[in-house]
Parts: sequence; structure tokens; C-alpha cells
Amino acid sequence: MADSRDMKTVPSPIGESVHRIDALEKVTGEAVFTDDLQFGPGLLYGRVVRSPHPHALIKRVDVSKALALVGVRAVVTGEECEEHIGLYLKDRYIFCRDRVRFVGDPVVGVVATTDAIAEEACRLVEVDYEVLEPVVNPLRGMDADAPLLHPDLGTYGVVDFIDPKPGTNVANHFKVRKGDLESAWKECEVIVEREFQVPHVQHVPIEPHVAVAQFNRAGKITIWSSSQSPFAQRNLIAEALGISQSDIRVIAPYVGGGFGSKAGVSVEGTAVVMARAVPGQPVKVRLTREEEFFCSFVRQGLIAKTKVGAKANGEILAMKTNYYWDAGAYTEYGVNITRASGYSSTGPYRIPNVETDSYCVYTNHPVGGPMRGFGMPEIHWGIEQIMDIVADELGMDKVEFRLKNCLRSGDANVTGMIMHPIGLTECIEKVKQAIDWGIQEPPSAAHKLRGKGLAIAWKAPAMPPNAGSSAWLRLNEDATVSLGVGGQEIGQGTFTVAAQMAAAALGVPFEWVRISAPVDTKYSPYEWQTVASRLTWSMGNAVVAAAKDARRQILEIVAAHWDEDPEHLDIRDGQVISYRTEEVMPLENMVVYGLPMPDDQGWRGGPIIGHGNFMPSYVTSLSNETGQGKRAVVHYTTGCQAVDLEVDTQTGQITILRVASAFDVGKAINPEQVRVQMEGGIVQGISTALFESLQYEDGFPQASNFTDYRIATSEDMPGEIISIIVEVPQDDGPWGARGVGEHPMIPTAPAIANAVYDAVGIRIFEMPLTAEKVFLAIQDQGAKS
Amino acid sequence: MEKHAISFTINGVEETREVPSNMTLLTFLREHLNLTGVKSGCDAGECGACTVLMDGEPVNACLVLAAEADGVNIRTVEGLASDGKLDPLQEAFIELTGTQCGFCTPGVLLQARSLLDRNPDPTIDEIKIALRGNLCRCTGYTRIVEAIQVVAQEGG
Repeated sequence: MADSRDMKTVPSPIGESVHRIDALEKVTGEAVFTDDLQFGPGLLYGRVVRSPHPHALIKRVDVSKALALVGVRAVVTGEECEEHIGLYLKDRYIFCRDRVRFVGDPVVGVVATTDAIAEEACRLVEVDYEVLEPVVNPLRGMDADAPLLHPDLGTYGVVDFIDPKPGTNVANHFKVRKGDLESAWKECEVIVEREFQVPHVQHVPIEPHVAVAQFNRAGKITIWSSSQSPFAQRNLIAEALGISQSDIRVIAPYVGGGFGSKAGVSVEGTAVVMARAVPGQPVKVRLTREEEFFCSFVRQGLIAKTKVGAKANGEILAMKTNYYWDAGAYTEYGVNITRASGYSSTGPYRIPNVETDSYCVYTNHPVGGPMRGFGMPEIHWGIEQIMDIVADELGMDKVEFRLKNCLRSGDANVTGMIMHPIGLTECIEKVKQAIDWGIQEPPSAAHKLRGKGLAIAWKAPAMPPNAGSSAWLRLNEDATVSLGVGGQEIGQGTFTVAAQMAAAALGVPFEWVRISAPVDTKYSPYEWQTVASRLTWSMGNAVVAAAKDARRQILEIVAAHWDEDPEHLDIRDGQVISYRTEEVMPLENMVVYGLPMPDDQGWRGGPIIGHGNFMPSYVTSLSNETGQGKRAVVHYTTGCQAVDLEVDTQTGQITILRVASAFDVGKAINPEQVRVQMEGGIVQGISTALFESLQYEDGFPQASNFTDYRIATSEDMPGEIISIIVEVPQDDGPWGARGVGEHPMIPTAPAIANAVYDAVGIRIFEMPLTAEKVFLAIQDQGAKS
Repeated sequence: MEKHAISFTINGVEETREVPSNMTLLTFLREHLNLTGVKSGCDAGECGACTVLMDGEPVNACLVLAAEADGVNIRTVEGLASDGKLDPLQEAFIELTGTQCGFCTPGVLLQARSLLDRNPDPTIDEIKIALRGNLCRCTGYTRIVEAIQVVAQEGG
């Protein structure tokens, strides 16, 4: 077949910055989000009574007064939740049964005819607790005499690549043992050892979590939810309730910001249990902004102890790292973040001798979930600062040090995986040039100091080895294309990119493709989850396969009609063309009704529907003892960022003047969408680097609004962002593409810390770099002159 | 709850309704007028997602009572396009990717519309200051500010 749409040639609109397919809906207010759906007067409202204690045993629950309130339809408790739920480790009940483990843990659910009545009824619920000593720090959680949060850890269901330690608070321990560390230290000219800390932060999607659940009389469930994981939700809830996946339908409209917080199961679980008590009626549960801060997933906290040794020639020889993850009360994703940080613990460096211990430690903090970067922003905070310190002690330029040691195509990485072609060095060179590295620029005022800092990064999609995608593609009477995908549009532009790929692989104009949204597990094709920056690559491959399937069917029909060989036909711009006869057949003439065969031999064809799927087949397991294996992950996306900033020595305030960012995305399907991911990720990174910390005191949250927890506003955006796309193709990506959604957030914070050091000569090891912290450090240590 | 009869103009159309004393303008617009383009992000006047215009002035609809809308001309995102033609800001947000998840977008657009109506030629700092009460977690604000600048340069 004359397939001009193979992966070597790049057909339109691949590589073209078409407008977002959802932009018109979104600027007119017509885009439908979950809370916009109308359910009529039958809608009931669910509210949750939450634990006021970080750690306690539930001694008595009395719901009688709440039940007696007019308008209350049902009250549910842990009594109704017999099965554990969890993505990798089934470690929680949807409503607590005997023990609460964080302030905000769901204890009782109240269903009422109005939200106000539900809220009032919550105040009438009486719960007696026996308060227990909380664990508020992962190091304390590791102590032999620490209170045990999950005495039943050994009985929980767990996937085979997670290694919980029953009888302790360790939910997972991932190890790397590579080379001979003890001998290596002896050969090192410079050895640096430091400790770094990262606090809990909140994702802060502007749309709060919301879910509506409804049981019908036959026990089938419909859930409407703002979700990154409709299929995973269906699966986990089905397992927890002991019902068939096909008896649960999850409908997921546009997501108003996810960043990981809407992955897995969170608010939906409570909505389902409440709806089960009132069959036939929909129950809406919507988190308040206050609940949003500490009752939904947070980013895990991290204490990182790192030691790096290098030879006099600048070659890094050894690295030893201990990660103590503050996992919180339960670990929906935290156990796998612990694993991912372990198998990525060296950062994108070639280091022959490595020892890593990454511990996922239960604490009485909120549930540590996935957040943009899945552990990588947290570990790079330390890695990229300690590399700067080592370079300084060696007297080497920090860029040269990185170029000397960074991973290149064909190198063995920390787990022994041979690196696929990567463009990391090109990213570094381009960023170095864009930020005018090595050129000292004057500050804007006498009391300000200016500096530059740089950081590199890598991240792989962290997921089970066999996470799959599927797609279908249906042609309509006028040859417009309905494209079914199960990946979710959370703002990252995936619907646009999927439509571009379908148009290119089939041979129709981009404008002809419509996404069959919203994602609906009853009709949409399966997709594992919208996480890990994996859709462009994984779902993209499924979309291309579906388009090729449809294309094959079309060409066979037209070839038979023309009595030609399909090899000589092609589809271009919505028309089948023959390269031999130059005959043309508009798709609309045949994609539904087929075509008559020559010599009145009847008809051939039928409504065209193509399907395709994709699953990586080559990921191998890693040794429990050494963390070594042939191929730990599907691929790594790598990149580099540099920051040019000013520090006001009178206030400690940091102003980001310029950011240069380069990522190797394999192939930019839509370059503008890649750039806006970089810009958004950089500003989210700046926000976490300068402002954000979800402060806890003895397990009690200290911030639950935008005044106490500040995120970046328009006034905090950098003066200039230079975004650079590097394209070293991924062998199994569509047209070479790999993901970049999370990555721009990863190097931002350490690049800022390195630039602050360059400016004032002070290094701060604990994120965030608040003005107060910087000012006090300047007072304490004195800024360099 | 006491009710109040209010007469107001919503996106160019005159309306009369009865509203309870304690109902916010946000709830009234979303749940009684079905104007769900107005978003609820914090119910505390901190995120700006519910920004609408009252007689041209931007307000957080979650902090205004519906009863206060009596005699007021209210504009929401649904009324930004007129005569089948998008507002230049909407065009620019499409052109320059000023929207990602889209949840803050309606409020941002109205805040920007109000700014340009007051100040047709804002500096970049004036744009940033006008937007500081409208939180966006996706875009990093860069394209939003750029889109507003482009519309201002093109007169409006």
C-alpha cells in the first residue's frame, strides 16, 4: 500500500500549531464541566463528616440526630465499607471503620435534599474518638517505637512491584545497589553530602473536586466526575464493591485542572457509598475549597539525604541517596512515586556506583497523591543543587560539569537500562546559549543582586509495565470523523493532538475530526489513565492504529470499485486518489454507503469504523535487591532549564526575570501546545519554589484558603520565557513523539535555588524560597558582595 | 427566607425574578438562570473564577447577593459574543492559546473586557495587576497577558 503516512514522513497537520479543538467552547463558557450538569429536582447533596484528629480510634458513632433532621435522606458510615480500596496497595476504606489517620479522613456521609441541610446534619453527627499519638514526620515514622498507622499492612492487597514492610510504617521500600560504592568513595577528589526537604503542596486545580453518583434499582452505578482516570475509577470501585466493571459507568466531562489530584479515586468513592443508600437518586459531592486543601490528594513531602563523589577530572563516580517520603495516611500513588524516585534517583547522570533507599512512610498527614512530575520535582530539588555544589568544589563550570556527566544515547542508566536516543546535551547547549550563561548582568537597583542558575531533568512515565490505550474512529456521512478516545482533556491539549494524529494518519483535514467527548466508560475505548504524560505517546499510537485500520478498509473498497490495486491508492485531503489513473473519489461518496463494483457485480463496503490499541511490550521487572533490570520504563523525557533572577536584599523577595527551557519531546505534534505546557509548568514550578507549603502543625493543617496558601498570580509570571523544542525521535512514539506535560515543572525549583546561590551566595535546602526565608538567611549569613 | 423581587438586565435581556435574601449572585446565575459559564472555584472571593460584570465593573459573584442585582446590568461570559460575533478577546484567546483547562477562562475574559473598556491602552503591568485576582493554574498567565495586549493594540 502506498502509505505516505508512515512514521518517517510527516504529513499535515503533524508538527503544525493548529488551534485547540476545545478553544471555542472554552472561551464562550459552553464547555461543560461536571458541576455544570443539571440533574433536576431529584438531585441530592452529600456532605462528609471528617476526622478532626490526625490519629485516633473511632469508639462510637451516633447518627440518630442527623437522621432525624428533616430533609436528610441517608447517613452512611464505615459499617457499609467492608472492602479496602487502593490503586497499587489497597490500604484504605472509603469511610473509616475503626481508625482515622489524618485531619479530614472521611468518617460519616450525610445525604440530604439541599446542600445546606446536609451541612447542618453533619454538625449533628456525634463521634467519640480515642486520640492516639500522631506520626508527623517520616523519619519519626521509621523509628522502631513509632506508633503503627496500619497494623494490618500485611493483609492488604498489593501489586507485585510494591514491597510493603508489615509491622512498620513503610508502605514501600525501593532499593538500588549498583557497582561498589565503598571503593568508589576512595577514588573521589570531592565528596559532598547534604540534606534537602520538600514540603507538602497542593495541586490547586481551580475547579474543585466534584462527583455525582446514582444507583439504579438493579444495582448499576453511573458516576459523573471530574476525573483523570474514569476507567481506573470504574475498576477500583467495582473491586471495592464486588461488582462487575461493566455495571459501573463513569462519565467524565472536561476537567478544570487536574495535575494529578483528580487521578485515581478520591471524592467519587464517598459519592458512590452515599448514593448506594438512596437508589434511584443522584447524589452530588463537591469539595469546598477548604476541603480541597487537605481532604484531596496532596503532593508527598520529602526528606532527601544525598551524597555525591566525583574525581578530580569532574567525573561523577558515586552517589548514595536516602529518600524518606512523607506519604500521608494512605498511598493511592505514593508507593509508586517512591519506586519511580528510586529508579530515577541519580537524575539524568551517568554514575557507575549507586546506592539508593527510597522509603514510602505512612504519616498522619493527608493522602500523598500524584502531582505533576510524580516525585521528580521533589528529587531534582536536591539532585540539581548538590550537582552545583560538587561542580563548585571541583572548580568546574556547572554547565561543563553537566555536559561531562549527563546521560547520552546508549549509556547505561541507574537501573542498567540502555538509554534510547535522547537530546539532553542539545537541550543543555541551547539553554546555555539562550540564557547567556557565564555573562554577569547588572541588577536593576543597588540593593538587588542578580544571578543565574541551571538545572537538568528527566522523567519516565511511571506506570504498570502493561498500561494500555485504545481508540476507535468512525466516519460519518459527510466524511467527518468521530474519534473515540478514553484519555481525558484536562487542559493539556490531548483532544487537539489526538485529532491531529487521526487526521494525519487517515488523510483528512484536521477540521473534519471531532472528539467523541465526554469520555464515557460505556462508549469510549479503554484508556488506563490520563497521567504520566503518556497520552501523546500511548494513546497517540492507538489513534494512529485506528486511523490506519479505517484507511485500509477505505482503500480496499475503492480499489475494488476502480478495479485497481490498493497499493496504488492514497487518501489525501479527504479524497482517495489513484497514483496510476489520477482518478479521485471524495470520501463522503463511500464511507457510509460503500461503492458499486464494476460490471454491476453488486456493492462493497459498509459504514467505516477503525479501531486500534497500544500497549508497551518490553518493560521488564527490576531486582528487589539491586533495582537492576533490562528496561525499567518505556522511555525518559529529558530537558534543561535556566533562570535569570534578582534578589532584593532588603526584603528577600525574588523576581524571575527570564527563564530558558528546552525539552526533547521526540516530535512536537503541535509546537504551540508544547510551548504552553512549558510556560504553564514553569510558572507552576515558580509558584512551588517561591511560595507554596501546606503547613502542618502536629498533624493539623494550617492553611486552607488562598490567603494562607498563596499560588502564583499574574504578577509573578517571569519577564520572559524562552521555550525551545528539541526533537530526537522516540522509536515507538507516533512520528517520534514522547510526552512533556509534567516535565517543565521539574527543573524549575532547583534552577531558581541555584540562581539564588549565584546571586547572593546563600544556599537554601528547604523548599520554598519564601521572601522571609531568603531575607533571614541574608541577615544571618550576609549576602555576597 | 424573605424574598426580593429584582429587575435586571442579563446579557442584554431584561428579566424580573424573586430571590431569597441569602442567595448569592453566583448561585442565582448558575442554578436559576442556567448560566453555567460562570464558574465556582472557592466561594470566598479569592480565585476570581466567578467574575462577572455589574454595570461594567468586575465582581466576584460569590460575594454579591442576588438581591443586589436589582436595577443592574449584568454581563457573563455567555453575553460576551454579540450578534454571532466573538469578542476580540475571545478570538485572541483562541489564536494565542489563552485557555487550557478553561475553568478560569470565563472570569479572566470578563476581567479583561472590563479592563479594556476602562483603559483601552494598558501597560503590561496594568494588565497583570488587573488579573491578579483571577487565579489560573494551567497557563502561567503568559498567553492570557499576551492576548490582552494584542487586542489592546488592535483597538479593542
